[in-house]
Amino acid sequence: MAVLTYLEAIADGIRHEMRADERVFMIGEDIGVYGGAFKLTKGFLDEFGSNRVIDAPISEAAIVGASIGAALNGMRPVAEMQFMDFVTNGFNQIVTVAGTTAYRWGIPVPMVVRGPSGGGVGANPFHSRNSENWFVHATGIKVVCPAFPDDAKGLMISAIRDNNPVVFYEHKGLYRKIKGEVPEGEHVVPFGKVRVVREGTDVSVICYGSAVHMALEAADMLEKSMSLSVEVVDIRTLVPFDEEGVLRSVRKTGRVVVVHEASLTGGFGGEIVARISDKAFTFLDAPVKRVAAFDSPTPFAPTLEKAVLPNADKVAEAIREVAAF
Amino acid sequence: MKLTNDDRRVLLKYMLMAREFDNAMLRLYRQGKAFGGVYSQLGNEATSVGSAYALDTKRDVLFPMHRNIGSHFVFGQDVDTLMINHLAREGSQMRGTDGTGHYADPEKRIYGNVSHLGAMIPVAAGFSMADQLRGITTVSMTYIGDGGSQVGEVHEALNFAAVRKLPLILIVENNQYAYSTPNSSEFACEKLSDRALGYGMAGVTIDGTDVELVAQTCSEAVERALRGDGPTIVECVTMRMRGHAEHDDFAYVPKELLEEWKLKDPVENYIKKIVAKKIMSASDIQALRDKTLSDMIASIDRTLEIPYPAAEEGFKNVFIEG
Repeated sequence: MAVLTYLEAIADGIRHEMRADERVFMIGEDIGVYGGAFKLTKGFLDEFGSNRVIDAPISEAAIVGASIGAALNGMRPVAEMQFMDFVTNGFNQIVTVAGTTAYRWGIPVPMVVRGPSGGGVGANPFHSRNSENWFVHATGIKVVCPAFPDDAKGLMISAIRDNNPVVFYEHKGLYRKIKGEVPEGEHVVPFGKVRVVREGTDVSVICYGSAVHMALEAADMLEKSMSLSVEVVDIRTLVPFDEEGVLRSVRKTGRVVVVHEASLTGGFGGEIVARISDKAFTFLDAPVKRVAAFDSPTPFAPTLEKAVLPNADKVAEAIREVAAF
Repeated sequence: MKLTNDDRRVLLKYMLMAREFDNAMLRLYRQGKAFGGVYSQLGNEATSVGSAYALDTKRDVLFPMHRNIGSHFVFGQDVDTLMINHLAREGSQMRGTDGTGHYADPEKRIYGNVSHLGAMIPVAAGFSMADQLRGITTVSMTYIGDGGSQVGEVHEALNFAAVRKLPLILIVENNQYAYSTPNSSEFACEKLSDRALGYGMAGVTIDGTDVELVAQTCSEAVERALRGDGPTIVECVTMRMRGHAEHDDFAYVPKELLEEWKLKDPVENYIKKIVAKKIMSASDIQALRDKTLSDMIASIDRTLEIPYPAAEEGFKNVFIEG
């Protein structure tokens, strides 16, 4: 196994599928000659040529729409949003066309729309958004938010092989910060299965994406400071959602904190809490707490950004509260 | 494309099918048996039929809009399938999840529209792009109106198609009104095909009531696409002779304007031409027309006997399994 960054692992997953399947191609802005704004596709143009690594005009609707058309015609496109924020410009194509096609026509649209999301890197309101839950609510679209390099690769391979539209939320703050061992070659991580990244008995933290790393840091802090045993459950995919995987941990600890970097109201955390309340009410020993961003755009100045986004300290505080209830 | 008299008889047949499909649907609407919108294409027959006729139905692909019933017939769609789809009965290619002409029939190379105007134009471009990447030329023909032309996705798709020299043909059916909004409130350029210059593609504006002119012009666009010279906008100027849909009394259209366009009726004028050229007799045409309408009504009657799909269909196929 090689040690790869989160970014390298994603590239490795795409490259693996492009080598294995001629139907897979990439399309996006500055992904070919330039190798992508984050250099994720560095070397792709040389290896696969301009028919499989397509530099498109700044037209997200055309990029996504053309990907849908190509998917209807037997291809498996991977469309890059240079920043996931810009998916708003291709939103209609994803939710109106791609997300309704299986239901209306019974015809597969095997397409991945991927790109960097998330804050904490001093960008601005237009380069920091966590918009994954928009697509959860749109129906007909699978939503993937990996937290670790091995999952990023394995989930990317599953995304490309899936016969449905998949939005793949990479967290730009993890791109070079998180490294890990990644199996070489074929490595498939199926959708709809949680990963218990840390076993514990006192409190469950249910999370995904960057929030998993906040939870792990908080769990370490609380283990050292107060010998609290915290279980961290990474749900990995929002659609499909592994409800049973979450409930298993809830039944074990009876105390739950749900964390995501996206803003609180209308976020996926509300859905997780609703399922827990419905299916595991009698196992709960405390109210379920949520930790998420303040309901605002993600601000630019470091002081403001740090204040509105969740972090390990805020997660730790919520865990302490739930543990003490 | 050199049209023979056989071609002309076929063009007339499809025009009559489009017209009588409308008449049959209007009858159904008035009987209160149609639900959802009934979008008449009265006045648009020549654009739908003439444009699709320029394509190779085995090689090319059609992305029609809601008023392009004639193009479905050119691509070999049968009346019963169309009716079952329109009226959302059991056996619909959409299982009751959607209606009207929104279906897809990959075998017949027809991919219907969504209600968001212009949304399928980038999709049509991508369909052709997939084949272009594999070294095959598949012409995609799709449609938009004088109103839908103002949607941002149309602009993105046309620019994209021009940059990649995709074999895409966009028929702009300028039928004067976007629901209630006239051309003057929709765009400021003289002709919608003027935009082609800005995209770096070919564009032409023609009389959209002349089926042969539409077929000839589109045939030139097909040749251009096959040569690798990229997309074409063909603006077909015509008139929507009914409301946006049948619930709309279109009181906003001046009566004189309708009278003026009535003289340019694409079906009646083509009948006159066919009779004058002695390709078919007036009585033969009337007989064909009567039979076409009675076939449509019979198809509707058969369709109305079919139940709606079972309710559990609503819970299936949100995703493709496996």
